Amino acid sequence: MTDDLTRSTVTTQEQLAQDEGQKMRERAFRAAPKLNRSPLHGLWALTNRDLVKWYKNPIQLVISLVQPVVWLGLFGKAINLSLDVPGGYFSYLSAGMLAFIILFTAAFAGMSVVWDRRFGFMNKALSTPVGRGAIVVSKVLQSVVRSLIQAAVVLGIAVAFGMDTANFGIMTVAGSFAILFFMSFGLSSLFVMLALRSADWQTQMAIINLLNLPLLFASNALLPVESMPGWLQTVVRLNPVSYAVDGVRQMLLGATSAPGYSVLAPLWADFGVLVGFAALLSLLGIVLSWRLLSK
Amino acid sequence: MTAAIRTSGLTKRYGDVRAVDALDLTVERGELYGFLGPNGAGKTTTISVLTTLLTASGGKAVVDGLDIHKHPNEVRRRVGVVPQEYTADEDLTGLQNILLCADLYGIPRSDSKPHAMELLRLVELEDAADRKVSTYSGGMRRRLELASGLINYPKLLFLDEPTLGLDVQTRTAVWNYIRMLKEEYRMTLFLTTHYLEEADSLCDRIAIIDHGHIVRIGTPTELKASIGGDVIVVGVAESDPDISDDIRKLSLVKDVKKSDHEYRIKSEVGEESSIQIIDLLRSKGLQVTKISLTKPTLDEAYLEFTGHGIREEEASKMDAFKHRVTLMRARR
Ligand SMILES: Nc1ncnc2c1ncn2[C@@H]1O[C@H](COP(=O)(O)OP(=O)(O)OP(=O)(O)O)[C@@H](O)[C@H]1O
Ligand SMILES: [Mg+2]
Repeated sequence: MTDDLTRSTVTTQEQLAQDEGQKMRERAFRAAPKLNRSPLHGLWALTNRDLVKWYKNPIQLVISLVQPVVWLGLFGKAINLSLDVPGGYFSYLSAGMLAFIILFTAAFAGMSVVWDRRFGFMNKALSTPVGRGAIVVSKVLQSVVRSLIQAAVVLGIAVAFGMDTANFGIMTVAGSFAILFFMSFGLSSLFVMLALRSADWQTQMAIINLLNLPLLFASNALLPVESMPGWLQTVVRLNPVSYAVDGVRQMLLGATSAPGYSVLAPLWADFGVLVGFAALLSLLGIVLSWRLLSK
Repeated sequence: MTAAIRTSGLTKRYGDVRAVDALDLTVERGELYGFLGPNGAGKTTTISVLTTLLTASGGKAVVDGLDIHKHPNEVRRRVGVVPQEYTADEDLTGLQNILLCADLYGIPRSDSKPHAMELLRLVELEDAADRKVSTYSGGMRRRLELASGLINYPKLLFLDEPTLGLDVQTRTAVWNYIRMLKEEYRMTLFLTTHYLEEADSLCDRIAIIDHGHIVRIGTPTELKASIGGDVIVVGVAESDPDISDDIRKLSLVKDVKKSDHEYRIKSEVGEESSIQIIDLLRSKGLQVTKISLTKPTLDEAYLEFTGHGIREEEASKMDAFKHRVTLMRARR
């Protein structure tokens, strides 16, 4: 009798466990749901992945801020060149530092492509139907978001240390970030494109070093164009970074004219150059991604 | 109904190296098909081409009724891949990794959330679902890869060396999942391996591949039988008369050799022959001092067809690195 009872409980439990298992399996392999087939599906998921990795690791953010802050302290405060620039040299340099942090963050956008290739994640993504273009654009977008947030922090620090805020307003700040957005979009596309085929971080590092410092020094980010030799002035005028810095200074510092200082281009032209730059490079990146991401 | 995979003349060249060389194969639906070959034989390359990760240099392939050149995206939607190396993002949790995969397939979150948990339960990872993958052991990572490969409800699953670097228990567990996928879900599985006992115990059919060619296709039993058959060793007293000729007359026996105190007999079906031989000896009033039966292993078949054992092949720098990373993670 007792035996029978135990046996029947055992059977019920086993039965339950089996039913549970069966249900689970049926569900695990029932008909597939309707898929999102838009060419941009997965774009946000990929972008968000990189952003989550970034904000979960605040050390990265802190490290990336060290350089511009040291520059501001060293050249803006300690040495404080007595150049005749609008708002004083510290404010002038602060605008340059916004471009600096955008440039350096964008340069490392390619690095995350290299790591994804190395650790196999890229292959995983490529084996799914996610758009090849979405993979590239996600790398650009995550870099843009990061660089703009970092630029905002740098701006906050600069203001705290005495940047001239007389011309700050919703329009000028928003406009500045708009121009930084285009700069970041173009530069990130450039560096992602250069990394698409590479699984080798040394080469990528070399590319970053090769491009970063010339893009920074051959621009008006640190010093006024007027203080440079003629040939360098030509290079500065070819460098998209210069137009971003020029635009930011016109908006944030009201630097339209001052004795011994002239703008690089009218504000609308600054915007034009950067929008064109961003559009050209991101299109190129998407086109190349079709060719380069499959072999 | 069309075959799950059908290729003709499929070729992938790297410069002068033909990693996959004019491959013709057919995998039927519901089959567990093994691709067995030494390092550098072209197993991974074949999977990469069939899953559209690489573009073939020549030939044709139809996967799940779809031409891989004409409809690569549809092929990607339909098949599942469990790659040779670990591809999960170490900084994310197991669950986040699977959900990310689901997003890349365009599966709505309302479906992928419960499905991901079910798959994690299936591979017994539900307790580790919210832990970062960097804290997973090699076996857990492998099981996570398996779960990710199933997120898009594939009917056809590619598994590239699914038990590489795993201990015996985890390997057995993975084998059980694989059997379950075939038997309960009627999935077609295409599995590569260079573990012979894995191919032997799992696969319905095996293709032995070397230098990008298929050198032999057959069921494990056929492959083993083509080597020769079972070997029976029967011990007798040295003074007994030689009855080799009588044994040779038994129907399944193929060959008999007599040494001083034992017979070495090759038979097509060892179990049946041994009983007949014992009966024969007894009927002649002779004593059997010992008897042993050896089944041929796939090892012998493999060595015969590839002409060499597991061989180290110079891999590209990248592959070597990935392999090292895979092993490194597997050991943790
Ligand atoms: N990107 C590449 N460039 C040049 N050669 C390659 C490349 N990838 C693979 N090969 C070569 O193609 C051949 C087949 O490689 P594959 O990775 O398919 O072998 P495998 O059978 O998967 O080996 P393993 O068992 O070691 O994984 C090898 O000779 C390899 O060196
Ligand atoms: Mg391989």
